[in-house]
Amino acid sequence: MQFVIVAGTPSSGKTSVMVHTIRHLQTSGQQVAVCKIDCLQTNDDVTYRRLGIPVAVGLSDYVCPDHFYVANLEEIEQWAGVQKADVLVLETAGLCHRCAPAVYDCLSICVIDNLIGINTPRKVGPMLSSADVVVITKGDIVSQAEREVFRYQVESVNPQARIMEMNGLTGQGAVSLKNTILNYPQFEGITGKRLKNPMPAAICSYCAGETVIGKSFQMGVVKKVEFESVDQC
Amino acid sequence: MLKKITILGGLNKIGLPEKIQKLEIQAGEILAVVGPTGSGKTQLIADIGQVAEAETLTGRRVRIDDGEVNSNEDKQKLRYLMAQVSQNMNFVIDMTISEFLMMHAQVRAVPNPEMVLKEVLAITNHLSGEPVTFETNLTQLSGGQSRALMVADVALLSNAPVVLIDEIENAGIDRLKALDILTGQGKIVLVVSHDPTLMLMADKRVVMKNGGMDGICYTTEKERHILSELVKTEKRVNRLREQLRKGKSLRSDYHEIDHHEEEELKLWQEYLYTCH
Repeated sequence: MQFVIVAGTPSSGKTSVMVHTIRHLQTSGQQVAVCKIDCLQTNDDVTYRRLGIPVAVGLSDYVCPDHFYVANLEEIEQWAGVQKADVLVLETAGLCHRCAPAVYDCLSICVIDNLIGINTPRKVGPMLSSADVVVITKGDIVSQAEREVFRYQVESVNPQARIMEMNGLTGQGAVSLKNTILNYPQFEGITGKRLKNPMPAAICSYCAGETVIGKSFQMGVVKKVEFESVDQC
Repeated sequence: MLKKITILGGLNKIGLPEKIQKLEIQAGEILAVVGPTGSGKTQLIADIGQVAEAETLTGRRVRIDDGEVNSNEDKQKLRYLMAQVSQNMNFVIDMTISEFLMMHAQVRAVPNPEMVLKEVLAITNHLSGEPVTFETNLTQLSGGQSRALMVADVALLSNAPVVLIDEIENAGIDRLKALDILTGQGKIVLVVSHDPTLMLMADKRVVMKNGGMDGICYTTEKERHILSELVKTEKRVNRLREQLRKGKSLRSDYHEIDHHEEEELKLWQEYLYTCH
């Protein structure tokens, strides 16, 4: 099975990019299953279901979505196995830019768009820097110059990645992405594989539902802002 | 240096092979892409822009100097081969013109960027109405000023051997001057247009129908003659537009070129000659 992990900045066109790509995978005779991980609510499952493929949704709700995602990888793989999928697409949303979903041996795709700002690639962090493929969308509505500068910024954050420009509306570029997916080495069994980047510690009383402000309500791993000292005149 | 682009035909919208199965564009040539809206003009440009290898909706294949472009690595090498200007493009970043152009110049490793930037600004102001400065913010530019800056940037900073132009007649700039600037020596230029003057400025035109390349017309002597008439008429219309824009009343002898304008035109042509 091909295990494909898709992440990206909000509204960058992750689902549109994948819908076009999945259509081409279907044309090539591949059985595709999609699992969508989100925080509170998603409509993307409806979009995926229109392709006539099995779709599962996982909502992290009160749990950190990144940790929820990692804790469910085995179950998602099993589910895809039951669906007899050749390609499993796992789309994750709600990532806070500190975590990255990339797992060694899985093809990880990061979708990012030209409109998010020229310096944003540097702020996105490991989600972008550890991706195998970076798909840049919305290139049709910005100038040639901006596209070139933006791509350069992406390259400087992740020089190893294969960078693809794609149009989420027309699907231009989707066949190249399909080929990249099919040419990526397959594997069986996600158990024992490793995350490329460790997820940050987030084990404090607020993770467990505390709402009151104040030191005496804080337990576990608590990090404080370090304020620069101000010289007194 | 690039010598030619070849487009091998695919399928039209109803799944039949395109009538034109091979279209060659040589270095230095201007090709117009014509046809009604929805006939597939922009798709043709897109296919060329991504150096299609039968993977797009049309199944067309594009050859650069007769070579196949197979791997992604090949495509990476071609990344600076083409530059595009279209009516739909905008600047979205919040930065001054000089900051942004300097950034682009760095990405393109342009030697002597200060000099080039000055020229980009001069051309921008020649193409559009109210002048902009290096300190003007990109987000403050009007549609016409934005497109003018894009044309100047594509001509001088991107300076790609292939230029794709999509309906710049709607861009609010002097499109004949823009075409002049973009068609440097040895460049391949593709112009998508509904504008007869721009169509006739091309050496040949490919006619789109139902998503496919349906025919090729070569610009005839007769058509070149009509073109020169069109250009004259347009200059007259432009002069009228300029006078009305500047708040002047029209004189009855408006069709007479005044000496000042003639001088300006000559300077412009000389400038173009040297900047390529």
